[in-house]
Amino acid sequence: MQYEAVIGLEVHAQVKTNTKMFCGCKNEYGGEQNTHVCPVCLGLPGALPTPNVEAIRQTILTGLMLDCRIAEVCKFDRKNYFYPDQSKNYQITQFDMPLCIGGGVVLDKYAFPKEVQKEAYAAEGKKIRLNRIHLEEDVAKSFHFDSESGIDFNRCGTPLMEIVSEADMRTPEEAFAYLTTLKRILNYGNVSDADMEKGQMRCDVNISVRPVGQEKFGTKCELKNLNTISGARRALAYEIQRQIEVVSKGGTITQETRRWDDATGQTYVMRSKENAHDYRYFPDPDLLPVRTDKGLKIEAEAKMPELPHKKKDRYINELQLSEYQAEVLAADKALADYFELAVSGTKHGPAIANYLINEFLATEPDTANILIPAKHFAQLADLVANGKINSKQAKEVLVDMLSSHEEPVKIVEKKGLAQVTDLGALETFCDEAIAANPKSVADYKSGKLGAINALKGFVMKKTKGQANPALIDEILQKKL
Amino acid sequence: MSLHTLTIKELRNKLTAKEISPKDIVESLVKRIDSVDGKIKGYLRVNAKDAFAQAEKADISKPLGGIPIAIKDNIAVSDEGCTCSSKLLENYVSPYDATVIRKLKEAGAVLLGRTNLDEFAMGSSTENSAFGRTHNPWNLDCIPGGSSGGSAAVVAADEAIAALGTDTGGSIRQPAALCGCVGLKPTYGRVSRYGAVAFASSLDQIGPFTKTVEDSALVMNVISGYDQMENTSRPVDVPDFTKSLNAGIKGLRIGIPKEYFIDGMDKEVQTAVKKAIDWYAANGAEIIDVSLPNTEHAISVYYIVATAEASANLARFDGVRYGRRSPDGTDSINSYSKTREQGFGSEVKRRIILGTYVLSSGYYDAYYNRAQKVRQLLRRDFTEAFKKCDVILTPTSPTAAFKAGEKSDPLSMYLADIFTIAVNLAEVCGISIPCGFTSTNLPIGLQLIGSHFDEPRLLLAAHGYEQGHDWFKKKPSL
Repeated sequence: MQYEAVIGLEVHAQVKTNTKMFCGCKNEYGGEQNTHVCPVCLGLPGALPTPNVEAIRQTILTGLMLDCRIAEVCKFDRKNYFYPDQSKNYQITQFDMPLCIGGGVVLDKYAFPKEVQKEAYAAEGKKIRLNRIHLEEDVAKSFHFDSESGIDFNRCGTPLMEIVSEADMRTPEEAFAYLTTLKRILNYGNVSDADMEKGQMRCDVNISVRPVGQEKFGTKCELKNLNTISGARRALAYEIQRQIEVVSKGGTITQETRRWDDATGQTYVMRSKENAHDYRYFPDPDLLPVRTDKGLKIEAEAKMPELPHKKKDRYINELQLSEYQAEVLAADKALADYFELAVSGTKHGPAIANYLINEFLATEPDTANILIPAKHFAQLADLVANGKINSKQAKEVLVDMLSSHEEPVKIVEKKGLAQVTDLGALETFCDEAIAANPKSVADYKSGKLGAINALKGFVMKKTKGQANPALIDEILQKKL
Repeated sequence: MSLHTLTIKELRNKLTAKEISPKDIVESLVKRIDSVDGKIKGYLRVNAKDAFAQAEKADISKPLGGIPIAIKDNIAVSDEGCTCSSKLLENYVSPYDATVIRKLKEAGAVLLGRTNLDEFAMGSSTENSAFGRTHNPWNLDCIPGGSSGGSAAVVAADEAIAALGTDTGGSIRQPAALCGCVGLKPTYGRVSRYGAVAFASSLDQIGPFTKTVEDSALVMNVISGYDQMENTSRPVDVPDFTKSLNAGIKGLRIGIPKEYFIDGMDKEVQTAVKKAIDWYAANGAEIIDVSLPNTEHAISVYYIVATAEASANLARFDGVRYGRRSPDGTDSINSYSKTREQGFGSEVKRRIILGTYVLSSGYYDAYYNRAQKVRQLLRRDFTEAFKKCDVILTPTSPTAAFKAGEKSDPLSMYLADIFTIAVNLAEVCGISIPCGFTSTNLPIGLQLIGSHFDEPRLLLAAHGYEQGHDWFKKKPSL
């Protein structure tokens, strides 16, 4: 029997704000342990929360980017459970009235793992529906030593969005593409850095299997501890295989929470459904509902960025980039911003895209902090377009520029690379070429047009490769 | 001269006339505390040395400059303990000031000491304190009411000029009534709760205990107002509450809710309150019958809403970050259990269990959700009543102070708050003032209830009555 997997994702993304969700402490990754804390985020007796409007606005913006409906009122609830990484033993979250409802993520072909991008399903543009996005506070970080544990509360109380998808994914590759696309959109809106390595984006998975053609979902398991996008793909592949093996042997799946261990490449039971919590949600009486339909939503709308797929379309249609070029640049917001800075006021889109993708990216730069002034790329493209240097020379200049950060004109000067465009000089070289290669001239005249290349090669050699090939061609044809 | 017997108003006059210094007041009070608090046990801690140091620096040009005030031990004061009368917080020291404390300090007040309460403000007799019960100054065998029994007792016994308490279901008004002083529960949102250890967040308010209504207005002038640290505090104007005190009660419409004059009420209480109504009528107020039809549900609603909120509010007391951790824990969850089992008293445990139950999956709708709906009805009752009257008059407590140990079953204790809790549920303001004494010389309290943020009219009504009577001048013999 053929089986298929049914996958839904819960993604937690830390919201980019100046301060924490309910207090004035800095929302900053790192920092000496327990230094970004105050009575509120430590849950000291008598301390009370106040909502961070910036975090609400950022979450609304996320909802707008993901095509969600925005709730008119932002209401918070308490989720009750005892755990040392919580300072109050309840988490302030949203239960029955999430800030964003519905919406979806369209999977981009290039968001799939490289080796499957050519598959038909990657090009489908499948939409993964979202169930909701709600806003809550993050918990602290626990550290376990030999005989005791420590807790760093710096992270406790930082704003966190939980983005819950519908169970619309069927393969680990779709989950991979979903996470990649989502991360890209969060970066675009500047709503989250979404760096999984820093724990700024974390992901839990609900997964079940069923015979192909069956409508009813199988019993699901929840996977935790998926710390990278590729790790999530591996975990899903393993778990699907595990569940299919159980089911195909006539066994049943137990509803449980399992932990992925990337080192062993396996999932392990954490807890079964019987031990599930009763979180006893109720509205947090310390926090008044916040209206979103007036100022906050309007402010968020004003911050709406051009989304990756729109940007890509524009690069193709207005800047004449190839689909591949447009995709690579649009995939990285910082790189795209840089590209647009370089290209602005020029008509060199494809050339600059080419420099950035083929040469610049190969140097593995930190695209968020590019040290080379963007206008240097424009200048380089100008030099080529104006016939000052040829494309072979351009590459030489580029390589130099990437390490020296010098202006292209300076590099051209420094290397003595100026292309020979002096007509008189070129005509002399062409005459020499014709005189020195009677056979090629004869061949050309008898119709073997390719023979002209030998004459061109002669001139190039004479000019040490610095002649403008188009110009030589023109002169030779005239003379012959 | 016995400075400790005077009011804020009287002391402020003497201070600004330079007849006395803040130190003189502290000295008088410390002596008084030394001589009577052994019997009353209203204070958990008095820091005389620190009080003298504050008095030394007190700026008498400020509104409460040089006035010593006692603080209920569930309000955070920087570098001081905040036990909530619980073993669990016995050694906890607060690193920050509650907003009301910051305001008192800025107004020049001298913080004199910390008063006893029912553990985490849960109780009506101050018997549920891990550090022993407080005694009623009028009869040491009796309870002072609660939960702010310590604050009420020290003001009534002239051991403080004024005190702060918290009121979740009557915890300021009921002990004020039973000890014979003035206790005000402000409108929800009038005074910032930031720094008051939360019992039931949607009901808690901080308010003053004073010897007179005018003093109550003076303290309210300082502690009221919107606080950006407290989301449920409201950005409404804070008037000078003393301004309207003398506007007179002529034409004031006083509502009498029939549901508050019930069978089984103590006869002497009933008589005293009836007399107060007659006095108002005789002095030009208009007496109007009003109805608060959902009153009978108030106690049930209260014990669902308050315990539900408390079950979450008290979850933070787990011994991990602060407080007394049980040494017997075998792992983290077990350590929580042991810490809470050994740290909390039985009333606190009872309410946490009750609150946990009403929020549990499968019971939420039947209890918590339903209680919230009935709470809306109670709120509407008051809104409707205040269309017909300016203030509502009721007894504060169905009885005068009772003997310690007398109410051993929780339910009969819960009924002690029958007249006060609807005020918290409806988020309106209420005040208790003395209106007579029983044949055994125990104070009787009169409750006046005002509409949302209508403290000025509430204080006016209370002040008018007080000016026509001498009850507040009577002192317990200690």
